[in-house]
Amino acid sequence: MTSRIEDTFKSKPIFMPYFPLGYPALDTSIDVIEALANNGADLIEVGLSFSDPLADGPVIQHATQTALEKGITVKKSLAALKELRRRGVNIPLILMGYYNPMLAYGLENFVRDAAEAGADGFIVPDLPLEESREFENVAGDFPLIRMLAPTTPPERMELIARSARGFIYLVSVTGVTGERKSIAEGLGELIARVREHTSAPVCVGFGISTPEQAKEVGRMADGVIVGSACVKTIGGSKKPVETAKQFAAAFRSALRSTLDASASHA
Amino acid sequence: MTTLLPPKFGPYGGQFVPETLMPALIELEEAFVSARGDAAFQAEFDKLMASFVGRPTPLTYAKRLSEALGGAQIYLKREDLAHTGAHKINNALGQALLVKRMGKRRIVAETGAGQHGVASATAAALLGLECVVYMGEVDIARQEPNVFRMKLLGAEVRPVSSGTKTLKDAINEAIRDWVTNVRDTHYLLGSALGPHPYPTMVREFQSVIGREAREQMMMEVGRLPDTVIACVGGGSNAIGIFSGFVNDADVELIGVEAGGSGIETGKHAARFGDPSRGRVGVIHGTRTYVLQDEDGQIAETHSISAGLDYAAVGPEHALMRDAERAFYTFATDEEALNAFQTLCRTEGIIPALESSHAVAEAIKRAPKMRRDQVILVNLSGRGDKDLNTVIKETK
Repeated sequence: MTSRIEDTFKSKPIFMPYFPLGYPALDTSIDVIEALANNGADLIEVGLSFSDPLADGPVIQHATQTALEKGITVKKSLAALKELRRRGVNIPLILMGYYNPMLAYGLENFVRDAAEAGADGFIVPDLPLEESREFENVAGDFPLIRMLAPTTPPERMELIARSARGFIYLVSVTGVTGERKSIAEGLGELIARVREHTSAPVCVGFGISTPEQAKEVGRMADGVIVGSACVKTIGGSKKPVETAKQFAAAFRSALRSTLDASASHA
Repeated sequence: MTTLLPPKFGPYGGQFVPETLMPALIELEEAFVSARGDAAFQAEFDKLMASFVGRPTPLTYAKRLSEALGGAQIYLKREDLAHTGAHKINNALGQALLVKRMGKRRIVAETGAGQHGVASATAAALLGLECVVYMGEVDIARQEPNVFRMKLLGAEVRPVSSGTKTLKDAINEAIRDWVTNVRDTHYLLGSALGPHPYPTMVREFQSVIGREAREQMMMEVGRLPDTVIACVGGGSNAIGIFSGFVNDADVELIGVEAGGSGIETGKHAARFGDPSRGRVGVIHGTRTYVLQDEDGQIAETHSISAGLDYAAVGPEHALMRDAERAFYTFATDEEALNAFQTLCRTEGIIPALESSHAVAEAIKRAPKMRRDQVILVNLSGRGDKDLNTVIKETK
């Protein structure tokens, strides 16, 4: 049996939006993620909120802070994930969150409950390779997505890429999450360097905010991660669910034009 | 990858940072290890410590305070007399020299009380580096003189309005700046906190306090102290003075956390003092005791002293506590204020509110000890910066 993650990469490049549970409100966030899934998202990074998101820029800081003020917890987030599966969302859902709330929940309990709720893997930005063993020992078959940065030197890149599971999250720029005016120079070269070390799909995130930028990145990468722009556009809308549908459709359509000729998209 | 130095203190410490920063930590550790073994670097550091910082700082016998308390004799290690008015300069200069060695040109720093910001701005001015200091809006309001000092020294002070608007959020913003500009920027972290190698490196630069204090005790008093007391925010002044006595098994080491309005009120920064919320977790790159809620969200803290107003404690302190090599207690805002005033009147020394927490503990202990016993207090900084707070609180 192949995993949901493997299946979704059969048709590349994939569109991978990020959205935090609990923002602008818990019910709305579930509806938004469902709408993203039903309108072109191939994989969704489902955000868990943390009081001190040091890898995030102002947009995601604001969204997760709002979610916390409105009472989001890890437990409620996992229940929301379960609800998404109950509604028939069948694409891979990766939980993205910082380490401390997972530790506070208890790692064993967290992984068990996340798996039971229907998570396919985890992204934990404050767990570099050096600190990932504790989590991976508990997570077993559930992949902890490896992150690579433009600052990662070659020998380190090889070490990280070699142990990648699911896909590689390539941070395209030095910095925090947030929109950028243009795509980082040298991105193609960076992706090529990563591919020398792994056959895992390479997805690019940080700073991609428009369908045009997604299209440009989609020509080089196996997946395009859109976080802050997604949160800002949908969170700032009076009709977030409608906006989510349009947002996903626009990126889907931009990326479809770059699809592998051989691949078919459902 | 393996580190050159042990990255952990028992189960604490580590490197919990985004991948973008890992190469910078590796580079920093290499630079630190190579500098440590380089006599020329040490000579330059020592020379600056003497000619610029004014080291060694004196050991002062607090005669009238000791007599008034009627018990142990109290000695003060006078870090308040170091240039810029606190121990922070030791670490700031050490790291700034490393920045030059690494060929970077810009430093970012966080500050709570403003002492580390001033020290960083001073080191940057001395060595010709660009300096940006992140400071919470709440702290800017209560530490105005230090904000002005940093600006005079050529640093840019960036107010932080996210989260609790205090030290924790200033660290978040400094890290965000660092991760963005990591190729030419060094994060000059001010306490024995954060990811490896910071806790080890900061301890080494602050260990000058303990080395001097031990030697001064032996030379001037003729014996080691029975008890060494220091305040603990992140814990750099404490780890600095403790390091001089850690191998002297008979010397009791006491760290004093900020008890704020009292543990029962929840308004404090006593990570060890409040077992219901102070639990092992990961924050700002390190695993240590952190004040947090049930969901793992970092708690809002309170202290009259901005420099102790932080949710986590340096990882080496967590290990020293587990190993019972050091013991940790707390002083409330009120106790610190009383100690502040007492030291002013009995000794003619205006201590920082942070250091007043250590003085408060000495005032509690001395009467219970014999007259032939000795307490050494690390007077980590001077209190000029706190006058506004004290005026407001004592009205």
